[in-house]
Amino acid sequence: MPAATTTVSESTNPTTLSVPPSRWEIAVDRGFRLSTRLFAWVTVALVFLIVYEVAGNAMPAIRRYGFSFLTSTTWDLQKDQFGILPEIWGTLYSSLLALTIGGFFGISIAIFLTQDFLPPTIEWIFKNIVELLAAIPSVVYGLWGIFVVIPLLRPLATWLHDHLGWFPLFGTSLSGPGMLPAAIVLSIMILPTVSAISRDALSSVPEKIKEAAFGLGATRWEAIFGVILPSASAGIFGALVLGFGRALGETMALAMLVGNSNQISISLFSPGNTLAALLANHFPEAGRGEEPVLMYAALILLTITLLVNITGAFILKDATQRFQGHAK
Amino acid sequence: MKAADIVKEFDGVDFPQLEHSLQQPRTLISAGLSIATGIVTVVACIPLFSVLIMLIWRGGKKLSLELFTALPPTAFEQGGGFGNAIVGTIVIVAIAAAIAIPLGVLTAVFLAQVGPNSRTAAIARFCAKTLTGLPSILAGVFAYAAVVAATGGYSAPAGGVALALLMLPTVILTSEEAMKMVPKRMKEAAIGMGCTPTQVAWKIVLPTALPGILTGVMLAVARAAGETAPLLFTALFSNYWIFEYGQSQVMEPTASLAVFIYNFSGMPFENQIEMAWAASLILVLMVLGTNITGQLISSRTRRIR
Repeated sequence: MPAATTTVSESTNPTTLSVPPSRWEIAVDRGFRLSTRLFAWVTVALVFLIVYEVAGNAMPAIRRYGFSFLTSTTWDLQKDQFGILPEIWGTLYSSLLALTIGGFFGISIAIFLTQDFLPPTIEWIFKNIVELLAAIPSVVYGLWGIFVVIPLLRPLATWLHDHLGWFPLFGTSLSGPGMLPAAIVLSIMILPTVSAISRDALSSVPEKIKEAAFGLGATRWEAIFGVILPSASAGIFGALVLGFGRALGETMALAMLVGNSNQISISLFSPGNTLAALLANHFPEAGRGEEPVLMYAALILLTITLLVNITGAFILKDATQRFQGHAK
Repeated sequence: MKAADIVKEFDGVDFPQLEHSLQQPRTLISAGLSIATGIVTVVACIPLFSVLIMLIWRGGKKLSLELFTALPPTAFEQGGGFGNAIVGTIVIVAIAAAIAIPLGVLTAVFLAQVGPNSRTAAIARFCAKTLTGLPSILAGVFAYAAVVAATGGYSAPAGGVALALLMLPTVILTSEEAMKMVPKRMKEAAIGMGCTPTQVAWKIVLPTALPGILTGVMLAVARAAGETAPLLFTALFSNYWIFEYGQSQVMEPTASLAVFIYNFSGMPFENQIEMAWAASLILVLMVLGTNITGQLISSRTRRIR
């Protein structure tokens, strides 16, 4: 055999046959591989650069206001007093409301689109419609919220406040922008995230587990509640955490709908504010004095969202690993 | 035991629970829940259609050629347009794409091809996923600190940097997925021919994964074009054209459709609000068009495979 190959390579044109890479090609190869590695590190560096820039610019405010920034409720440029407790409350409250609504819808849709209720074509159409919800720019949802959602909600909100006003959730009347319209629009915006990730989790439940449940005589929903949802629960939980993270950082819809009022209220109809909306509203016209304060607020938002998102990513990673174990 | 014997053995036994009868509560509950989730799914699709109908109804009636050629109207002025905002959006998104695509695709080459199992790859992948969850306003805050404060003014490149940061994770993660889908045999054949890893990446992996990468890029561009929050204090807004009298004002505040909608939606004038709707219609058409094209590219290539 070796003899045969040598004769072939000697008798034919060497350029048409494979030749070992030249020294130049090896050098190019090394350079290219090194540069892609470098680019990968640039991505890593960006994350640190973001934290560094925001924290660095926030430093003067951190030194000046310290921890009291998180617990104070005043925002007064004249008196030089700043606190973001109402914004932290508003961010968490609006996101939790959105998660309640968006989570329910997202998980229901994920179940409906993975458990063979529909023919595949219709399933595909629904899946894409839900995904297109994410493609609508947030500012357009804000506009839609102002002119469609708020007018629709107002009669209902007035009725609830008049008849059930003693109940803290309905304690104030809806005068226009407020927590509930903002949360409803927010829930529409996180719906695609929640449903897409839950759908992945549900569709990766091994087929055999479902078949076993059906084989025992379970109805479709007994199988879903008893077997499929529990096996996919970690993935669904991860989807909810990531949806929550998305809701925390959403800006435009909230800046347009939440009312930008510096107050803490449990009522669904009262106006409030969120960290992201605060930044959107104050940053464009911030003076030198207000800028570090806003950077401090941005740093808090960055910390919260990074923590939530990293938690979500870890839960999902765990969940997929568990399934990979199952499948084999 | 023969099949007939088994049947005989179970002859007298009744299996009421296995009957699929609508008179049983458990089948009824099951059917009811199926209908309920169906309704929930349909309800969730309503907002999309509601938004689209409103855009066509309120934005469509304002549609005219003037919108694309005129500058934004002042307070009591009638008519006007947002031509400068359309040009501005395209310029800012193009700057963002010019930064994010090479950086993202080459990072993805490393993640999928050069060192998929290396420690660097694990860290970079984790950072890309972390960036996915970065609120868009924080991308703006970063670009403000890194570009606006450094160059001394609001500008189109500052907006581009902010948007690039938001595009980057999408480009990296979708490109990596696309490159991983390239059949291993093709790479092995190329290596067998004596190709260096660089040649494999450029001549085999990138061309084969191109439709998938393109899809990711389209999705990222569509997302970036609609972003508003990071542009509020990086590109700001301008009532003038970005290219005028033969010279460019790229380093000046730049208009964008998204910020135009935000600014005009809060104005108390009917004409301005109608303009915001018309601009929304144009923006959504641009974004959905890019998005759907991207999806079509990916679904078509998947079918071929």
